[in-house]
Amino acid sequence: MNKIKLIIWREFITRVRKPSFLIMTILGPVLIAGGLLLTAYIGSQETTTHQVLVIDTEGVIGTPLKNTESVKFFLDGHDWTDSAFKASPYTVRVNLLPNVLMVPQADLYYKTLPSEFGMSTIRNELEKAIELAKLRDEGIQKEAYDRVRKPLDLKKFDIDEVGTESFAQERALIGFFFGYFMFIFIFMYGVQVMRGVMEEKQNRIVEVLISSVKPFQLMMGKIIGIACVGLIQFILWIVITTTMVGIGTAVLAADKFDPKQLAEQGVTADMQEQLKAAQGADVGFDQSRITDLIEQINIPLVLGVFLFYFICGYLLYSSLLAAIGSAVDSETDTQQFMFPITVPMIVAIIIAQMAVYNPESPAVIWCSMIPLTSPIVMMVRVAMGSAPLWQLALSMFLLILTFIGTTWLAGKIYRTGILMYGKKVGWKEMGKWLFYKG
Amino acid sequence: MIQLEGIHKRFGDHTALDDITMDVPTGRVFGLLGPNGAGKTTLIRIITRITGPDEGRILMDGRPMVAADVATMGYLPEERGLYKKMKVGEQSVYLARLKGLSKTDATMRLKEWFERWDMGDWWNKKVEELSKGMAQKVQFITTVIHEPRLLILDEPFSGFDPINAELVRDEILRQRDLGVTVMLSTHGMASVEELCDEIGLIDRSKLMLNGNVREIRRRYATNTYRIEFKGTRIALANALSFTGELLDTDESSEVSTARVRLGTGSKLNDVLRQLLPVVEVLGVHEEIPRMHDIFIRVVSEKQPETVTAGLTE
Repeated sequence: MNKIKLIIWREFITRVRKPSFLIMTILGPVLIAGGLLLTAYIGSQETTTHQVLVIDTEGVIGTPLKNTESVKFFLDGHDWTDSAFKASPYTVRVNLLPNVLMVPQADLYYKTLPSEFGMSTIRNELEKAIELAKLRDEGIQKEAYDRVRKPLDLKKFDIDEVGTESFAQERALIGFFFGYFMFIFIFMYGVQVMRGVMEEKQNRIVEVLISSVKPFQLMMGKIIGIACVGLIQFILWIVITTTMVGIGTAVLAADKFDPKQLAEQGVTADMQEQLKAAQGADVGFDQSRITDLIEQINIPLVLGVFLFYFICGYLLYSSLLAAIGSAVDSETDTQQFMFPITVPMIVAIIIAQMAVYNPESPAVIWCSMIPLTSPIVMMVRVAMGSAPLWQLALSMFLLILTFIGTTWLAGKIYRTGILMYGKKVGWKEMGKWLFYKG
Repeated sequence: MIQLEGIHKRFGDHTALDDITMDVPTGRVFGLLGPNGAGKTTLIRIITRITGPDEGRILMDGRPMVAADVATMGYLPEERGLYKKMKVGEQSVYLARLKGLSKTDATMRLKEWFERWDMGDWWNKKVEELSKGMAQKVQFITTVIHEPRLLILDEPFSGFDPINAELVRDEILRQRDLGVTVMLSTHGMASVEELCDEIGLIDRSKLMLNGNVREIRRRYATNTYRIEFKGTRIALANALSFTGELLDTDESSEVSTARVRLGTGSKLNDVLRQLLPVVEVLGVHEEIPRMHDIFIRVVSEKQPETVTAGLTE
């Protein structure tokens, strides 16, 4: 037992001390958070002010259009030729098509394409103007219309979970995120286990080691040691990413969407709503619903299940990968063995995606039971709460059984493989090793 | 120290060891010989419990060997290496601790060894910076660091230059003098004669020869003597008549040398009695075959047998 601890420690410390670990630990979150922030930033950032010329030959628009920081509107009742537009200082021209009140259509010509945010500002402003024109024609008071036009707030409730609104879909997405992360982790660190085994074999140190420890101890020490590296890296990533995203969004938000600041700029609450909409946030999805969603996720259960599937799934795959690493002499020989291992993982990801939208499909239920795919698929089902307890228990039981089985088999292959040099090994040969006597 | 009783080992259809029974006596250097692929490494792996025999048992100090006995062994495998990216000192301490030493013990003993073998400044170097011979020295030290009672060395001299090979040879003898039993496998027959008290020769999975080196060499002696003399070859040949057969002579220098194999029933004295009147005998040495010759004789002897076996099938 002491020896296995030593092995775990060596596997852990040599990896953590590597410069690449530090780089990956910092670079990973920087890339993730940077990617997230960059897309948000690019989407929101408007560098140029658009001079929008609105051609309204039918005189539909009665009230002046509201200008914003980045979009300035100019109304004109006359048609403009393209060449005149090109020569003008306007950057965007919108032609309201004839009969725009009946068929709401307009063409937008641009010199520089406005950002998604700018586009939606233009669209919203024109829509509102057309709406007002229609109300005027129909003789409806604006206030009356506002009272009438209220979107239907359709809430879902799970009959078994009385009281709160159900966010199964949103929860499933969170489950999928966990599952996807698990997939990446298992693969990344499983391959590290394989590489480590191959390194020991290529270095010829392995026989020196197994003269003092049992091959199984060596294999498990490596698997556990690398798992610790992964967990540490995972925790650091989460801490660093959330901090960075937190700081980043705070900076961005203060910069752009501070309601006070917007109000000072003469932006109405109505506009703010639209600004939020332009940011991709569901208008009806306010703060309290997010907290509801978070409250609804059984966090201890999801985290517990995550840890369980994560560890067991990792043990399952990494023991198989360790066996492969032991059987081959070089990286290139791993291909034929890697393929059958990657296929179930990819299938699992596809099925997990399916589970988000169709949690009760038979394929999803089966794959959440079959051990090679269950970690990822079951994660989604548990997060959305669609897995009955007995199914979860059965899936866990099968997974434990399988990983004990594969670790045992992998141990047998490993034991023979690490001492086998210069032989191209196939499936048949590996099968034979299972029956060699220790 | 170690007794092997009827060890069999098969890998699928291939028989790696066929009924090996032999003794490795305590406090001696035992040479495990045999051509490549004969089964030496498999036998060593069975003794070190890396793999188990299909049949037979191993006794250690007269009782069946148990897993804990491995801690009293030091094993230097033929395929050996170190983690390239780790530092020499750290790695040596790690290997020593895997053998059951405490961290402080391991560090202390290793420092001593590094001092003695003049490698004190290697401690903080990475293994990849060492030459092959340097790495071999580190490996040898980590094999003996826990003061094993049984030292098993598979090709201990490969990768060493003559100076370091000498160092290792002296160390092996020193270990023997400390009472350690050494079992070594080697292809260098000269070092067998020099180092080994006992040998076991394995060929094609079977134990062909086992016992004391001197006795074995005696057993293979062909009753041939080298006689240094002054006189003519013809006189000598005539004088030998029926007592012996003249194999060859060398008359290039002032003193001639003749190799004489005694005839059946003849004694050296009979030959000398015939020779003394005709030539001046300056010296007589018995020719004891070298291990090299014995090895080749034993290994090639079997060849025809297998060929016939193949034909009759």
